[in-house]
Amino acid sequence: MAVKKEKVAGGSDLWIRPEFAVIPSCPGCQEPVVGQLILEVVEEMGLDGEAIVVPGVGCTTFLPVIWNMDAVLTAHGRPCDVATAVKRVTKAPLVFTVQGDGDCFAIGAGPTVSAALRGENITVITMSNTNYGTTGGQMSPTTVTGQRTTTTPEGRGEMQGHPAHVPELLGGIKGVAYTARGAVNTPANLQKAKRYIKEAFQKQLDGAGFSLVEIIVACPPNWHYTPIDCLKFIDETLLAEFPLGEFKNVDRVEQPIPVPAQ
Amino acid sequence: MGETLFVQGNEAVGHGAMAAGCEAFFGYPITPQNEITEWFAREFPPQGKVFVQSQSEIASINMVFGAAATGVRCMTSTSSPGWSLMQEGMSMLSNAELPCVVVLVQRGGPGAGTTRHSQMDYNSATRGGGGGGYHDIVLAPASVQEQHDHVQLAFHLADKYRNPVIVLSDAILGQMAEPLEVKALNYNSLPAKEWAVRGRDHQSDGQRRLILPAQGFMPSKAYPNYLTFVNNLDQKFKEMRRTEVRFELQDVEDARVILVAFGSLARVCQGAMEMARGEGKKVGLVRPISLWPFPAQAIRKLARDGVKFLVVEDNLGQMLEDVESAIGESAPVHFLGMLARHEAREMGMIFPDRVLEEINKVY
Repeated sequence: MAVKKEKVAGGSDLWIRPEFAVIPSCPGCQEPVVGQLILEVVEEMGLDGEAIVVPGVGCTTFLPVIWNMDAVLTAHGRPCDVATAVKRVTKAPLVFTVQGDGDCFAIGAGPTVSAALRGENITVITMSNTNYGTTGGQMSPTTVTGQRTTTTPEGRGEMQGHPAHVPELLGGIKGVAYTARGAVNTPANLQKAKRYIKEAFQKQLDGAGFSLVEIIVACPPNWHYTPIDCLKFIDETLLAEFPLGEFKNVDRVEQPIPVPAQ
Repeated sequence: MGETLFVQGNEAVGHGAMAAGCEAFFGYPITPQNEITEWFAREFPPQGKVFVQSQSEIASINMVFGAAATGVRCMTSTSSPGWSLMQEGMSMLSNAELPCVVVLVQRGGPGAGTTRHSQMDYNSATRGGGGGGYHDIVLAPASVQEQHDHVQLAFHLADKYRNPVIVLSDAILGQMAEPLEVKALNYNSLPAKEWAVRGRDHQSDGQRRLILPAQGFMPSKAYPNYLTFVNNLDQKFKEMRRTEVRFELQDVEDARVILVAFGSLARVCQGAMEMARGEGKKVGLVRPISLWPFPAQAIRKLARDGVKFLVVEDNLGQMLEDVESAIGESAPVHFLGMLARHEAREMGMIFPDRVLEEINKVY
């Protein structure tokens, strides 16, 4: 796809505008904010010409389409399988997925957990907006108890199970070097989230093993809140359920995939 | 002359892949193809090639998707239940126009069926089992040597058309051993894979590459809209139909009964044909090698006055439909299927003498 560079106000040079307009996000969506953080980190690490990004299917799909970076889009839920092969074959220094919480841990739970169990030297960036945004706001793995979605009209209850804590869960796996959860609802949290992404990418460069960063993002249209009220919902409700921070941070997993010779 | 080995058909797949320059294999255990996965696990890592035992056939085919996107020759193998799981990936590969090879060692079905032989995946292999109405070239080897040769041809055709190619084997071909001459087959050279991802700085033009299984979903330079993309697929499939039909004819010129069989059953029919000729009966054999595109025209030409066709398959009649469709009302088409196996258990087989009996019935 031929591209011409067009710098987004205050943004990274890696944002591009394809020949045909692609509008990836709704007003008030925080996913482009996370995209900006990823691109800043990639640029600071000098990896944008080497990196290969593997987006899943959902609201996150179209973000990497407008990055000046090689990309392999996948079927819904399959980024960790695809990224496994891309990393093993190309030995590229940075191979990472960009996924929503449904892509990563509902339909994609098998690939995600299996890549972690194999200790694949890849990074997963998963954005949790607590619903399936692209399809109109259905319940997703991170929908919190009591939260109304189009498939939990009375609020998520006992029959729908409990919200998934992915970084905590994967932290218990031997092949995992790093997991963390961040948010971008305040400037301080945003800076921390950026550090988590950088740390995860560094683990991959070090050949330490599997790394995953979950970032909580606002979804005004499907939450039916204004962008400002979304920040309040994140602060008061989501962060009470999903604590921020690192859940695993080791320099080397017990059976790491060897760092491939460059 | 290459090295001559005495190996199983499943192992011959590995030798063929190696000769074709395959760089990555992804597989999940399933009977009766395990020797293939085990061969790659043993032979690939010492050569610096990639082998991954995946967590499912869904993962295998998506790993193939990832490896193919980087431009290397890559493959997977499976049997019928795993093949069912791979249909999503096959459809995605077709959309993304990624070349790869899938070796399908058929077993009894439907469902988990049996772990023994059958030819019951003819329809799902030749019809495009996933969503969207795509086509894959399907090659049907009939010997251990052809298992090896067809894998190489499959890699060439996959790259030529940027499309998956299926090698449709079965438990008999996979498990039986025959002499194999290992040699690299030469095909015309193909253009470099400029479209592959490798990191933007490693692209010849410094432009990023985007591989996606949703071509047509959003406009691109190659495909400004959905129908442009679909039209490209149509042209590609038509070109395959024109160019890639493969088949073998034996003693059809004077034949009164023409057998039609593929894969291991073609070997059975060969035996039956020789027995019939020994009795002075004029019997010929058509062996489709490409099951898609199907050699319909070649079969139609044989449908002259007085000729009867006998389709022999180890299923309930799948290729039969293609033969009937090719011949129409021009000649009678008889069928001998898996219900003619020599015993009722899953290891029962259709033997040459049973085929001969049927030849005598319709002659």
